[in-house]
Amino acid sequence: MKAINTMKLEIESRSVNESFARVAVAAFVSQLDPTIEELGDIKTAVSEAVTNSIVHGYKEMKGKIYITVFIYENAQIRIKIRDKGCGIENIEEAMQPLFTTMGGERAGLGFAVMQSFTDRVKVISTVGKGTTVTLEKKINGRF
Amino acid sequence: MVFDYSDNVLTAFIDGEIDHHTATAIREAIDERILKDKPCVLRLDYGGVTFMDSSGIGLIMGRYKLITSCSGKIEVTNIPRNMAKVVKLSGVEKLGRITIKEN
Repeated sequence: MKAINTMKLEIESRSVNESFARVAVAAFVSQLDPTIEELGDIKTAVSEAVTNSIVHGYKEMKGKIYITVFIYENAQIRIKIRDKGCGIENIEEAMQPLFTTMGGERAGLGFAVMQSFTDRVKVISTVGKGTTVTLEKKINGRF
Repeated sequence: MVFDYSDNVLTAFIDGEIDHHTATAIREAIDERILKDKPCVLRLDYGGVTFMDSSGIGLIMGRYKLITSCSGKIEVTNIPRNMAKVVKLSGVEKLGRITIKEN
């Protein structure tokens, strides 16, 4: 399927960029006239994925995060969040709700939130090479 | 952040966005007050929160651990309706009195 519109964004893995990333994606998706709730869902899911790259992928070290958003016919969107961090050894385990390697302050809900706030979550990861999370969602909008 | 401490209840009024970035400063401010006031109840008022991801849940879980280790209880009030979804998903409602804002 060919995208009818795309956007690419490259950011440093600084936590201050989490809000920029989710707002930028939401602003691009706004052309589909989504509901406030749909926009909130997208912002939340993107925030989780970008935070994962910063906290787990790069372990708070410097690196780049690449975000691409594709808009397809029928208001389907696909958001790719890619890092060149440490990768995930066991994706199935990482995606379990409440699983976290970070202890008390992280809820371990990142993937659960992504899954519940979008229609589909795909994770491709290679240890030592990085991780790509793909989020898909249909925007039903206000009509 | 604005705090109120009366009748052994410490209320923290949180506003703005809660994500992994902002959570650090919020957490440090609250923990400092918990250790100073040693309240029986810690009440997190989420009424002014405009966005939160799972960091908003992590904040509750972390404070729950600290306040229960001081024999206190946790309450979370005024969670905006559009953020109820993350709260429901997390099961954090088991930790104390967690209430969603009435419209």
